[in-house]
Formats: sequence, C-alpha cells, structure tokens
Amino acid sequence: MTSGPALDAPPAEPKPATPAPVPRRRRAPIRARLRRDWPMLVMVLPGVLLLFVFHYLPMLGNVVAFQDYNPYLGDSPLRALLESPWVGLGNFQVLFADPAFWDAVWNTLSITAFQLVFFFPLPIALALVLNSVLSRRLRGFVQTVVYLPHFFSWVLVVTFFVQMLGGAGLLSQELRQAGITPPEIMTNPDTFLVLVTAEAVWKDLGWGTIVFLAALSTIDTHLYEASAVDGAGRWRRTWHITLPGLRPVIVLLLILRLGDALSVGFEQFLLQRDAVGRQAAEVLDTFVYHQSIATGDYGFGAAAGLFKAVVGLVLILVANRLAHAFGENGVYSRS
Amino acid sequence: MTPTVPPGRLRPVRNRRPAWEEPPTAAGQTAKGAVLTGVVLAVLIPLWVVLVTSVSSRETINAAGGLVVVPREIDLSAYRIIFSGGQITQALLITSLVTLAGTAVSLTVTVLAAYGLSRPGSLGHRGLLFYFLLTFLLYPGLVPSYLVVTGLGLKDSLWSLILPSALSVFNLVVVRAFFQNIPGELMDSARVDGAGEFRILWRIVLPLSKAVIAVVGLFYAVGYWNVWFTALLYIDDNEKFPIQRVLQSFILAGLSPQQSGTAMGTALPPTLAIKMAVVVVTVAPIAMVYPFLQRHFTRGVLIGAVKG
Repeated sequence: MTSGPALDAPPAEPKPATPAPVPRRRRAPIRARLRRDWPMLVMVLPGVLLLFVFHYLPMLGNVVAFQDYNPYLGDSPLRALLESPWVGLGNFQVLFADPAFWDAVWNTLSITAFQLVFFFPLPIALALVLNSVLSRRLRGFVQTVVYLPHFFSWVLVVTFFVQMLGGAGLLSQELRQAGITPPEIMTNPDTFLVLVTAEAVWKDLGWGTIVFLAALSTIDTHLYEASAVDGAGRWRRTWHITLPGLRPVIVLLLILRLGDALSVGFEQFLLQRDAVGRQAAEVLDTFVYHQSIATGDYGFGAAAGLFKAVVGLVLILVANRLAHAFGENGVYSRS
Repeated sequence: MTPTVPPGRLRPVRNRRPAWEEPPTAAGQTAKGAVLTGVVLAVLIPLWVVLVTSVSSRETINAAGGLVVVPREIDLSAYRIIFSGGQITQALLITSLVTLAGTAVSLTVTVLAAYGLSRPGSLGHRGLLFYFLLTFLLYPGLVPSYLVVTGLGLKDSLWSLILPSALSVFNLVVVRAFFQNIPGELMDSARVDGAGEFRILWRIVLPLSKAVIAVVGLFYAVGYWNVWFTALLYIDDNEKFPIQRVLQSFILAGLSPQQSGTAMGTALPPTLAIKMAVVVVTVAPIAMVYPFLQRHFTRGVLIGAVKG
C-alpha cells in the first residue's frame, strides 16, 4: 500500500551517460546536479530533519532496552543514557519470564484472530450490499453515514459506547425502567473481546467498504451479463465473478493485517483497560506503556517495545513474501 | 447530512436494473433493507441521543431517567456553561490552536518534501526516498520516543502534540503521486522562462493541486483535533489539556475509578447535559468538515492504495 512499483520505477527520462553539452563541462557531474537540484534538497530538508529527530533518533534510543536505564542519572536523557549501567539481555530475560507479558501477547493475538474472523468479512458483505443498491441517492446517504465514525477519536467512540451500553447508559436505563436488571457490558472481562470488536466495527465498518467498492467497480459488467445469459443465478455470479474479482484486494488486506498482527487499537485498549482489568484488556502496546512510562522502568518497557518492533518487522517481511508467492504486488516491490 | 454524489464516481452511473438481471426477491430486498437500516441507525442513534440530551433541561433529563431520546425543548444552558470560560473553553481553544498550527506545519513540510521528491533522477532522489519510506518498516518504540521528546524539553509544551507526528509519510506519498501526475511540460516551460523550483511549486504546482492539498490538510486537521494519547504522555498541566483529554476525564472517569479525580481537580461533577454538550462540541468540527472530506477522500485513499 505504501510503496508500490511506481515509486521505485526507474526515472521517467533516463539521463544520458554524457550530459547534454553544458558550457562548463569540466565540472564534476555531482556539482552540476547540485547546482540544478539544490532547491529540491532544501525542500526535503524539513521532512528529513523531522524524521531524523522523531523517528530515527528514537530508533537509536532503543539501546536503553539493554540498560538498566535511570532517567535521574546526569541532567539530561543523553547523560542518563551514557551513565546508566548496561545489563545486556537482562531486561529480555525478565521480560520473557514475566507471565504478564505472555498474557499481553496472548490477548493481542487472540484479539487479532477474533477480529480477523468476525470483523474482516463484514466490510466485504456491506460493500456487496451497497453495490447492489440501485438508487444512487440511497447508496450515497448510507455511505455518508457509515463513513463518519472513522473520523472520531477513540475517546469519542468509547464515550458513545459508554453512553449507549454502559452502566448509566441508554440500554441500562431502558431495561431498568422495564424492570430488568441490565447486563454488565462495558466492564465485563469475559465479553471484552466482543465489545472491542463491536467498537472497531462501529468505527471502521464503513471505512473498510471503500476499497472493496472500488474493486467491485472495476469488475467488467459484461462478465455478469454473459454468465446470466448462460443461466447462472445471483449466488453463482457472486461466487464465480464477484469474489474472484475481489481476491487481490482481500489477499493484500489479509497480508497487511498479518504484518500488523501485534498492533490492535492502542488507544482503544488504554482507555478501557482499567475498567475491564488487566487480565482481559492488556495488549502488547498497553503493556509497554504501563511497564515503562507509567512506572518509570524504561529499560524494561523499551525491551518489550523492541521485541514488538522486531517481531512486527519479521511479520511484515514474511507477509510481503507471501504476497509475492500469491502473485500479488505486495506492500513494497522487490527491486 | 445531505446525501452526496458517491465519492469520486467510482462506478458507472447505474440507476436502472440491467435487462439480464432477474427481478429482486422479496426476501432479498427485506434482508438488504434490514442491513442498511441497521448500520445507519447504529451510527445515527448514539449521535441523536447525545445531541438531544445536550439541549435538554434538567427536568426533562430527570423525567427520562438519564439520556433523552425524544426532545421536549431546546435548552442551551449547558452550552452557555461550557463556553463561559473554565476548563472546557480553555481546552477548546488549545485544541483549535494545536489544530491550526499543526495543520500548517504538517502541510508545509509535506508539500515541500513531496515536491522535493517528485522528480526521479534529481540529486539523491533514490536515497532520500528510501529514507522516507523506510519509516513504514521500522518504527521507534514508545519509550525511546518519549525519552527524545522529553529530552528536547517539550514536556508540557504544545509542540509535543505537533512535532513528533507532524509528517505523515503516507500523506507525503499521496501528495507526491499527485504532483507526479501533473504534466512535466508545464514545469519545464516555466524553467525555460527562468522560474526557480520554489516559484514553480508556488505558482504552478500548488494551484493545480488544491483538491489534494485540501484533503490531506483536512486529514491532518482531524488528526490534531483527535489528539489524545500524546497529550496523556506529554501534557501534565491541566491548563494545556486538549479537548479529548478533558472529554476522557469527564466521561470515562465513571468507567474507570482509578483515573477519576486526578484530572478534573476541583471541578464539580458535571451534569449529564454538560457532558453531552462536550461530546457534541468535540464531534461538531469533524461533522462540519466531513462533507468536504467525503467528496474527495475516496480518491485520495485510492491514490495511496493503488498507485503506491
């Protein structure tokens, strides 16, 4: 999705080996190019600096994962970094021996798996339904409504769920007035998996349909006509034309999801972790947060974060290889 | 919200059933109708209830036993309270400031970098592109990022909400793809006439890219408006809380007893109408820019997704 073949394509106009005759030909080509291209370099500079300071520099900072990092040593984080004792893989040993860590890994993976089964197919289904709606106005109206929650923050989404389903929410209120004891929804660890999936569906079901609707619009309608003439009914057309037409997108999205298997909505879980309890709601990202910034044990938290980043990178590379194996373009091209 | 033309006209206009298609079955139509009604109501009911409760008087809320579904009157006192100064007004100002400044910074950096990377063959092009795109594969963890931001002295500074995420490389790729689709002859002729690259960007490329700039800018703006976790990390000063942080302490405090009390300090527990009014003012800006966004985002998403 991020860097397709287009980006890595060779320059549109191949530069001739010997540049066109310019007056000062004795100059090294690099200086000529610098003369020509310096404004481009200046333009890129702010972005390069931002990424350096807030992306690559912290990446180097991951060395605290191998330290017993003490922020109060020295007078700056850099001094603290230099003065903190090295502990080798000590943080990782503690990490891998920590049952809370494995709980978080397990929660993360089970949420990913659950959502793959119960969330992933829903946008496809909704896209099929929307695609079959003939009235453009109706379709446009439904799209307008269901895309909206994608732009809400997680704070808002959880707020809406609390107001609708929480202990003082609309559902409880109505049930109580009808004399029924309302079920505990927002704070029940046993059904938390379903709750977070429902929240994710509410937020992103509509948004997820966009890519499938786009893919549906590229399917040649003549295929449908021909197969209908040959006697294929509605379901057979869906099975033999529509779904194969969606296959590349489905494969690509599944692979992207695999690469992201260790990330589930971080803010979503952080917001609800305390209400539901660590046992059910601690995922890897919230584990890192609570083990480091909340408690001050930076080295340990960094180790957990580094573990996640490394496994995530491996997953992305594996996923991309799978994409190529499936004959898809993959996330990035292999040049 | 008024229905708009399907974004980007992705499909051919097809208002009539083709001749070869069998007529719809009653069961099928019912099922479809139920699905569409269901998803629309799932979004609209919460919005409606929150809006109605926020404009209800205390008596109406008490009579309803909490949230109000059927409006009785329009009572704007909750809004008068939250706009009368105090923490919510302050948070709205802070968030607006962060949104405006952040969007300006983000757009500037993104547009400049997108143009600077738009010409294959320019000096350092491949290396620089790699530098930017590598961020998709490798990302720093939470802890080192936190140490860098606090080490720069940005703790309790509003810049900590802007700078670390100011550049979205994804948006950069979208804008760059758009720039590359502008016919090169336009730039070449300007170059022949002696225009420098900055002038070309300002006078030729930007006027041709208003749509994509608007969409990317709105995406950035929504991101800044929604800023919550970075504020949790870096902003300890109540006076500098953005609105999402205040909303969290208002609404979710009841959900998680561990977090209550600390954030709101001395404020009295707000009444339901005030809480709901905060929700409404948090949603309102998004709902207002949304129609503009919707007209374009499908195309933007597709450029990013398909063209890379």
